[in-house]
Amino acid sequence: MLKTSICGVKLKNPTVLASGILGVTKPSLDRMGREGAGAVTMKSLCHEERSGNNNPTMFNEGEVFLNAVGLPGQGMDSALKDFKRLDDLSVPVIGSIYGYTLKQFGQVTKKIASLNPAMIEVNISCPNIHYGENYDNSPSLAAKVTKICKKNAGKIPVSIKLSPNVYDIKVMAKAVEKAGADAITAINTLTGMSIDADTRKPILKAKTGGISGPALKPVAIKCVYEIYKTVKIPIIGTGGITTGKDAIEMVMAGATLVGVGTACYYRGPSVFKKICKEMETWMKKNKIKNLREIRGIAHK
Amino acid sequence: MNCINKNAPRILKISKIVNEGLGQKSIFFNETIDSKPGQFIMVYLPGVDEKPMAISYKTRKEFAFTSQAVGKFTKAIEKLKPGDKLGIRGPYGKGFSLKKNACVIAGGVGMSSVSTLIDKLKNPLIIYGARSKNHLIYLKRYKKNNLEIATDDGSSGFKGFNTVLLEKALKEKKIKQVYTCGPEVMMEKVFNICKKNKVECEASLERYMSCGFGVCGKCMVDDQIVCVDGPVFTSKQLLKMPEFGNSARLKSGRKVSLQEYHATPT
Ligand SMILES: Cc1cc2nc3c(=O)[nH]c(=O)nc-3n(C[C@H](O)[C@H](O)[C@H](O)COP(=O)(O)O)c2cc1C
Repeated sequence: MLKTSICGVKLKNPTVLASGILGVTKPSLDRMGREGAGAVTMKSLCHEERSGNNNPTMFNEGEVFLNAVGLPGQGMDSALKDFKRLDDLSVPVIGSIYGYTLKQFGQVTKKIASLNPAMIEVNISCPNIHYGENYDNSPSLAAKVTKICKKNAGKIPVSIKLSPNVYDIKVMAKAVEKAGADAITAINTLTGMSIDADTRKPILKAKTGGISGPALKPVAIKCVYEIYKTVKIPIIGTGGITTGKDAIEMVMAGATLVGVGTACYYRGPSVFKKICKEMETWMKKNKIKNLREIRGIAHK
Repeated sequence: MNCINKNAPRILKISKIVNEGLGQKSIFFNETIDSKPGQFIMVYLPGVDEKPMAISYKTRKEFAFTSQAVGKFTKAIEKLKPGDKLGIRGPYGKGFSLKKNACVIAGGVGMSSVSTLIDKLKNPLIIYGARSKNHLIYLKRYKKNNLEIATDDGSSGFKGFNTVLLEKALKEKKIKQVYTCGPEVMMEKVFNICKKNKVECEASLERYMSCGFGVCGKCMVDDQIVCVDGPVFTSKQLLKMPEFGNSARLKSGRKVSLQEYHATPT
């Protein structure tokens, strides 16, 4: 009932572990596959080892989850030895990468491609680091990144991960589609900040961070809705998806796959099974046999 | 779905500080905490960092954690005075079971992770190892308990490893459950001794943590998330965790030997 495919990759269900949540190690990716995710995304890696920010790097208050982990990572060369290959887990793996320069984007893409992931996701949209260039909100730079990653990815499909921190996400989506992207992942976190009155200081050590979790859902739904209207390539709709109903709504906005990150915190690692079960219950009740029947239906 | 979770630091005033031993202090708060033995809290020192700490004292009126000054964070904690403020969130993780005929074996500051367990158990045998007499903590607290001490230099109790005392105790006494916290090499020895003697064992692991609630993925030991699946693991779980006693992840996520992990400042 939930079987889906994207860019030729077959999935048992449309839920995908979003990048940066638990996907630091191979056994943890495998575990999230066993917990029911249809596919799993690695924590983003670049050309060098990074420790990221000091704590506090994240906290939660109600529907808001704020983080500024600052893209820690072991670096691509170390990861090649650590992961060895990405095509031998029980579910498809999406390799997530970034660089500071265009050349680095190309180099790390080539290296991750050598591990044979099912897809490569290009993270141009983390609000918590300085890439050196504004890849996240410049259509021409995003197009250049897309081209160089596509060139180095070989046959592996490439998805570009977009930011909600832009004036018009449609323009960004159009630019990366035109440059050859096979898919779009939307969205990364929305910038935000929190100050604690008792200490009179920003709570996050990095001061500002990115909002995820249920509070982000309406932003993500709107972005996916607009992207679906603008491009033909499939969308991995990500942002605040916590329940099966959230996932159904994301599909109605136009998503082919549904990214799930912060919900692992709200509902535990078994969240994927829970979301899938809730989706099936809703589909049965509404006599929907395949998600194709409702994809983008909110546009009609 | 109901999302009234709150996992942000709660700013609390330090009510009391107790010197426990060489560079080791217990930081008390006049607040209650709903926790089980073996669970931990995230302690936030504004402007410095936030780190996991075991709850080392818990009564109906107060709780505390015990910190040993080693790194930048714990050295800053050492300088605090009563009235200073810290942010606390938690408790997190799964704790120890509470079984009868138990032996608790601790090494160094690992003692602070099993102290609230000892408080709850019925007359457990405590085997406690440290570098020297001056490194031993909570001696007054446990003076009425069944306590055996081992030090590396022989300045108190048995001279040598505390695991020697454990092997002896398992032969001579009716012990059905072993609980342990301390350096991981020691815990691995304890695990192996228990396996040989067919006694159940639970160990409390330490790893670098950003979040404490199962998001950042840095505390993974094989496929286990230390902050939510642990930090306490049973022998049955440890058997399937080859990284236990061998490796850990740095703040960057890079896998290194335990030796390198402990030598790397965070
Ligand atoms: C702690 C944390 C770390 C993240 N790290 C990454 C990352 O490394 N790469 C990336 O592309 N997105 C990262 N993200 C963004 C998520 O993949 C996702 O786009 C965002 O959190 C919205 O989805 P959610 O509400 O389901 O979490 C991170 C999010 C969080 C909360």
